[in-house]
Amino acid sequence: MSWVLILEQFLNGLQFGLMLFLLAAGLTLVFGIMDMINLAHGSLYMLGAFLAATLVQVTDSFALGVLLAVPATAVVGMLLEMSVLRTLYERDHLSQVLATFALILILNEAVRIIWGPDMPLSMPAALSGPVELLPGMFYPAYRLLIIGVGAAVAALLYLLVARTRIGMQVRAGASNREMALAMGVDIRRLFTLLFGVGAGLCAVAGALLGPLLAVQVGMGENILILAFVVIVIGGIGSIRGALVGAVLVGLVDTIGRAFLPMLFGLFFQPRVASAAGPAIASVLAYVLMVAVLYFRPRGLFPARG
Amino acid sequence: MKKPLLASALLLFAATSHPSHAADKVKIGFISTLSGPSAALGVDIRDAFMLAVKLNGGKLGGLPAEVLIGDDQFKPEVGRQLAEKDIKLDKVDFLTGFVFSNIMLASVPVAFENKVIYVSPNAAPSPLAGKQCNPYFFAASWPNDAYHEAAGQHATDKGYKSVYMLAPNYQAGKDSLEGFKRFYKGSVAGEVYTQLGQLDYSAELAQVRAARPEAVYIFLPGGMGINFIKQFVAAGLSKDMQLITPGFSSDQDIIRAVGDPMLGTFDAAHWALDLDNAANRKFVAEFEKEYKRLPTVYASQGYDAALLIDSAVREVKGKIENTEAVRKALKAAKFQSVRGAFKFNRNQYPIQNYYLRVVGKDSQGRLVNKTIGTIFKDRGDAYVQDCPMK
Amino acid sequence: MHRAATLAVLALALAFPLAMQETYYLSFASRIFVYALAATSLNLILGYGGMISFGHAAFVGTGAYVSSIFIAEGITSAWIGWPAAVAASALAALVIGAVSLRTRGVYFIMITLAFAQMMFFLVNSMKAYGGDEGLSLPARASGLPVDLGGDVAFYYVALAALAACVYGLRRLAHSRFGRVIQAIRENEARAEAIGFPVYRYKLACFVLAGAAGGLAGVLLASHGKYVNPNVLHWTQSGTLMVMVILGGVGRLWGGVIGAATLLGLEDLIANHRVEWLAAMLPNYQQHASLGVGVVLLAIVLFAPQGIAGAFARRRRA
Repeated sequence: MSWVLILEQFLNGLQFGLMLFLLAAGLTLVFGIMDMINLAHGSLYMLGAFLAATLVQVTDSFALGVLLAVPATAVVGMLLEMSVLRTLYERDHLSQVLATFALILILNEAVRIIWGPDMPLSMPAALSGPVELLPGMFYPAYRLLIIGVGAAVAALLYLLVARTRIGMQVRAGASNREMALAMGVDIRRLFTLLFGVGAGLCAVAGALLGPLLAVQVGMGENILILAFVVIVIGGIGSIRGALVGAVLVGLVDTIGRAFLPMLFGLFFQPRVASAAGPAIASVLAYVLMVAVLYFRPRGLFPARG
Repeated sequence: MKKPLLASALLLFAATSHPSHAADKVKIGFISTLSGPSAALGVDIRDAFMLAVKLNGGKLGGLPAEVLIGDDQFKPEVGRQLAEKDIKLDKVDFLTGFVFSNIMLASVPVAFENKVIYVSPNAAPSPLAGKQCNPYFFAASWPNDAYHEAAGQHATDKGYKSVYMLAPNYQAGKDSLEGFKRFYKGSVAGEVYTQLGQLDYSAELAQVRAARPEAVYIFLPGGMGINFIKQFVAAGLSKDMQLITPGFSSDQDIIRAVGDPMLGTFDAAHWALDLDNAANRKFVAEFEKEYKRLPTVYASQGYDAALLIDSAVREVKGKIENTEAVRKALKAAKFQSVRGAFKFNRNQYPIQNYYLRVVGKDSQGRLVNKTIGTIFKDRGDAYVQDCPMK
Repeated sequence: MHRAATLAVLALALAFPLAMQETYYLSFASRIFVYALAATSLNLILGYGGMISFGHAAFVGTGAYVSSIFIAEGITSAWIGWPAAVAASALAALVIGAVSLRTRGVYFIMITLAFAQMMFFLVNSMKAYGGDEGLSLPARASGLPVDLGGDVAFYYVALAALAACVYGLRRLAHSRFGRVIQAIRENEARAEAIGFPVYRYKLACFVLAGAAGGLAGVLLASHGKYVNPNVLHWTQSGTLMVMVILGGVGRLWGGVIGAATLLGLEDLIANHRVEWLAAMLPNYQQHASLGVGVVLLAIVLFAPQGIAGAFARRRRA
């Protein structure tokens, strides 16, 4: 157990957490302000990845492809909001759950029809090697990029929410929707915009994670659940909560996956340790969520006052 | 309310509109993984199988062949349902196609119960080679352990002092590392089982780096392998450690996805593109002509499976209703395999050679596996002694 | 629903095996019955109780695994394995419900989902019982008056279980307990104000549904003689929800109609090629879930009462 190992796993957890944050941020705002459970959020993440994969091929540039995929996905998100999702704001949660579950099915198949079951997406050649962070400590350059972009987006979102007029309206809406409406906030336009931003954030995560994981149909479902866990932990409607929750979940998941099998390996056979370790590590995020809810039923930083 | 009525009416209609099974053709139920990150494997097997049928004039053993193709979507329960449908409804004469042992193990009991023969173009797990060997199971590929045993022997030959091993946590994964350890005499720096279908190996790679082995052995088929190797190279580990894999983990599908970072990887397999026999030369040429890509070892197995069935049907002169005769004919395996000589052990797993290959460039500058030596000659498997079959 | 119609359907279902030679379709019908049972059990908490639980697959899965483990360990008697499995599911529902029902809204959904995923990962790690690969059973349970191994016998057993459950649901819905549950669904604050111990009623409802779900799981594992962790995954809960909403949430036959429709449609699309459709969309058979998604969305947006609801309205009109 060297400090290099610990540092590396910490960076891995941070990387994963920041990507989770990108998904959770959009999700928590939609839920917090529009009071809508959107299961199709993971599908926007998938769409972002597929669009990026295509655009990278077309433009022959990783950066350009990813950058273009963001507004493209945002547009799709806004179209989705204006057509289908808007009708769900007034409905009960069950209807929202079912309708967006239906959207997952539809979007999965639509992507499969348009693109096929998967698309190749490789990290840019310049970043496909390691970087020597400290003497003797190497870390994949690409993952550092992800951490960088994730942190930058987080900072940007903070500025947006805390320092701009739109951000103030968003915070007002999250805190008390009726009051915000009464104060003259154009809710419809705000919602559509919010949705677009959320979709764009998903696209960033999808495009960046694409080279590491696979760009394939159904990639949204697993990460969607974790995103929900994050916003429940962080507090619905709170961006700060989403960031804290995401980093927490990312670290817990990665460090659990890394060290639990080792810990178990001290006592059990490798095959048992390798089964129990990751199983319990995956569950740790949920256990964390249940624990947080027990002490703070509204999450760590609930937006609603 | 009226629903069960409608449903049963629909079913009755569907049932009576099904054509009855004629004995003048051979029906093959082909179920494989044709979607998802590991679809390339199933697609290769299917393409090669269908190529063999096509080169035979759409026939197997003289009878017109009808191949029903199904996609198990990498899900055991889907594979099982498709097997049930093929066997009980479509009354296929042979079942074949599965890539993954877990899906196959969930599905073939249906075949065994209904006395339908399963010819495996890939999965050949150890339980079916030993204690649970079954007269209706024929492996046209290689025993699951074989490549790993050969790789382990190679690691011993090269004198690597420590090896770090990774495999997914399922039967074939367990078999693979057991097989490697059976012939590797050095020390095991780590033995890690990952999740089946896992794609992000950052945590595991950090452990590998900390363990500092001389070589890393992985059994990660399909998409898992692609991701691992990419991330392995991205983490800079390929400079410090030699990557050894079983043959299919360095095969054309992986090479296509990973590219030049694969150069210099050593692997072990029972077949290679450059094996020098007439059947193989024809196979590689025809496959490339038809599908515009080089075949993987999976394709070679799918092709051989079709040839094997073809030889058996020909041997019984088309009387495939006599399952016992078909079994005997299969066991005799009188066909020209693309791997050279082919013969079955008494547990209906093959006895064959295993070669050492390295990823290099061919005359056209393409990345391919080149055969550089023979690791085992006429090797069977480690489980045959537990099999009660004669 | 009219008693006459119910009896007619029942008679048809009873007569079906006598007319059907192809055992594959008996097997398929049995599968519909099992899923109908699972969907009906979910309908109890979803439709009648108003509790959006994404964890129902956990109870179905518990029933499936416990009964399979008994057989795998050599205890093949249904009289032991089956009640044990149902009891285990009820116990799981009690524990999960006790914790989850203290929350509501999205927190309830997330906690039920979290528990279901925990069970999924737990079962996945049980390598002794197959883990990822699942558990194949040598035979179905023994000891019943009929040999469960035969497709016909299994069909009747599944039918009996389903009929018993639907009948039970009907009695429950009209009983005092059922009325209180529906009152709680309508307006929880009011029910509490009136003095009902809301938490206890909901928990009881949850446990009943869990037990019934467990029975469905027992039959599911028994039917295929195979069980694997996917049966516990949250997307399975989603599928059951789709069945309930399709058939009619909160309606007696909602689960049955939904299961029959969904599974029937899936089979129809996958196995019976419609040539003119194939001419337009060559691979349509592989994209069946697109159709399911569209239908589901349409129902949620335009016909929230599902198929049973549509029939009910028409009858009244």
